[in-house]
Amino acid sequence: MTTPVTVSRVRRRQIAQLIANGMRLDGRGLTEYREIKIERGLIERAEGSAKVSLGRTIVLVGVKVGIGEPYSDRPNEGVLTVNSELVPLASPEFEAGPPGEESIELARVVDRGLRESKSIPLEELCIIPGKKVFIIFVDVYVLNHDGNLIDTSAMAALAALLNTKIFNYEVEDGEVVKIKPGFKPLPIRNYPIAVTLAEIDGKLVVDPWLDEEEVMNARITFTFDKDGNICAIQKGGGGFFTKEQVLEAMRIAREKSEELRKIVVEG
Amino acid sequence: MTTFYENREIVTPGDLLAEGDYKAGSNTYKLGNKIYASRPGLVEYNEREVRVVALNAFYIPSVGDLVIGKVVEVNVNGWVVDINSPYSAILRASDVLERSFKPQRDELTEILDTGDLLIAKITSFDRTRAPTLTMRERGLGKITRGQIVKITPTKIPRVIGRKGSMINMLKKETGCRITVGQNGLILILGRRIEDERLAIQAIRKIEHEAHTSGLTDRVAEMIRREKMKEEIKQDAKSPRETDR
Amino acid sequence: MQKAPVRLIDEEGKRVDGREWNELRPIKIEVGVLNNADGSAYIEQGKNKILAAVYGPKEAHPRHLTLPDRALLRCRYHMAPFSVEERKSPAPSRREIELSKVIRESLEPAIFLEHYPRTAIDLFIEILQADGGTRCAGITVASLALADAGIPMRDLVVACAAGKVDNKIVLDLNDIEDKEGEADVPVAFMPNLNAVTLLQMDGTLTPEEFEQAVNLAIEGCKRIYKMQKEALKARYLAIKREVEEQ
Repeated sequence: MTTPVTVSRVRRRQIAQLIANGMRLDGRGLTEYREIKIERGLIERAEGSAKVSLGRTIVLVGVKVGIGEPYSDRPNEGVLTVNSELVPLASPEFEAGPPGEESIELARVVDRGLRESKSIPLEELCIIPGKKVFIIFVDVYVLNHDGNLIDTSAMAALAALLNTKIFNYEVEDGEVVKIKPGFKPLPIRNYPIAVTLAEIDGKLVVDPWLDEEEVMNARITFTFDKDGNICAIQKGGGGFFTKEQVLEAMRIAREKSEELRKIVVEG
Repeated sequence: MTTFYENREIVTPGDLLAEGDYKAGSNTYKLGNKIYASRPGLVEYNEREVRVVALNAFYIPSVGDLVIGKVVEVNVNGWVVDINSPYSAILRASDVLERSFKPQRDELTEILDTGDLLIAKITSFDRTRAPTLTMRERGLGKITRGQIVKITPTKIPRVIGRKGSMINMLKKETGCRITVGQNGLILILGRRIEDERLAIQAIRKIEHEAHTSGLTDRVAEMIRREKMKEEIKQDAKSPRETDR
Repeated sequence: MQKAPVRLIDEEGKRVDGREWNELRPIKIEVGVLNNADGSAYIEQGKNKILAAVYGPKEAHPRHLTLPDRALLRCRYHMAPFSVEERKSPAPSRREIELSKVIRESLEPAIFLEHYPRTAIDLFIEILQADGGTRCAGITVASLALADAGIPMRDLVVACAAGKVDNKIVLDLNDIEDKEGEADVPVAFMPNLNAVTLLQMDGTLTPEEFEQAVNLAIEGCKRIYKMQKEALKARYLAIKREVEEQ
């Protein structure tokens, strides 16, 4: 997808000049997130759900739980799959149709954070080895795009998984799976949090909004687990970071991830 | 001022060529007071400027350039011409008709149709709009005979040589008429197909060895050798014919 | 049924293919290998065999795709069906689409795209055989194809991964180290500008280990960078030598 030229030159200059002086057009500090609001369990038909607003960016995640076959190379593990939809109602730039590279990248970065932090113990989701396992479908639905879809989606995915229930089952004759009444919570072992920084005129800012994303040279996302380890990184955009900026971004991201985790997990 | 390579040494993109008060010439760029190469090529230093003679590049139109092109589209009021460049050129009907174009009267495909080759000059270009062409000068116009050779446009100066030394030698030795387009296309017109073949062979050699020295002599030498070979062939043929 | 853990580093600190922790796999690079393309290059890194070809800059169709102020770089990273153990469907996977994007973004900072508005540059990377680290080797060879096509660049982009294997930070992971190791950090770099143009990671690393891995990957990049330049020059030096010998 090509960047639309919707931000005027004047605004571009304003954004860059303010950032050079440690300020931002919307009044935030360089390492300050927009206001975060989380609504949990709002889709009753889904086994788990959450809606996260980060300023005016809104992402809804629904989790569906199904039963299916495991991957042949991992017969004893449940399956986690993350998808994302940039729904046309979310932005004039989004179009209906098969997922583009932007949407695929978004889903894969969210997926990597959940998977590499081992947030879901997939081996506990095996029903009959090699035959039946739980499949956890995480669908990321972007409802309004005002920048930083990665962090918003990662938070929404984690929040949704935290209220996901899996149904009780019974195995008969080593084959049949009978669904019994009642649920238990999906086990969650880790809480990965993604923190994205943008590079604008040599400065790093966290949580870029849409106008800043248009002005930025590049972005970088660090996903930290609850123990302060990095479990995923993704650089994006057609610019670059110096090595020193990468390390500075990592330190800022580590600090911010703890702040966000409190809001998502305890909030 | 410091330089980091020998004159005419091969450099690659990103190589630091010079530091100090130099001007960044073609195929180089400046960052602070450092000048780097942006294309693979031969570095050339003089008192004021650093430049790189690129080993490979594509043609970017420049006003006044003579180019050879091919008509790829006939429009309502002119032709779209492929000039071996990222940018296709426009030849307006009015340029060829020498008066304003009347759609009810003029059938453009009768003048130039898709696939036709032509020699023209660039009259305007600024990268935001397509370059325009003219054929209203002596030596310009539709090509009806001859063969076209395509080489990388950066090597055109080598084909021409210092003060035309190479091209004059080529014309004299092969007896061909040679029109060199700045866009890397060369038209060769000989009396015999053998002469054209020889000229093409020579131009290929120039392209291949463009970054080496003593080229004019080696090319002249090659042409003479080839001509001699042909004469021997001719001689060998004739007795057999008389045998019959 | 858990797979027995593989030992990836032995008592003497040697890796599964006999390398030291900071050793690259053998690398062979050739520039100008395809006739039709405006620029091309080939790389072998370990068992990786990768071709890259560049067409353009050229007029882009459809027209509305072009940009008014710079050239459009289009990139396709693609794995041949026979490049991996189990046949891969030739249709682009989600992984290939993501890699095409990040590879493109790793090369964009190097190219003077602003010099050629309204045009397109097409870059094709074909993985003929995969052995871990294909995105990095793909970037290394792609930037040579771009240079070979005569596309003006600020610097060559070079890429190399570091990662964590058997609790140790090592350079240039091969297939098994990539799959069984604890973390993989691919890095693309422009040495002249100290510019990191691609950075990804999956696995688990402490911040300290990450810093070590980035430093090691950049060290690897700098070594491959020298080979890139040699390969680019080799083509022309060979002709020069041939002429001088006559």
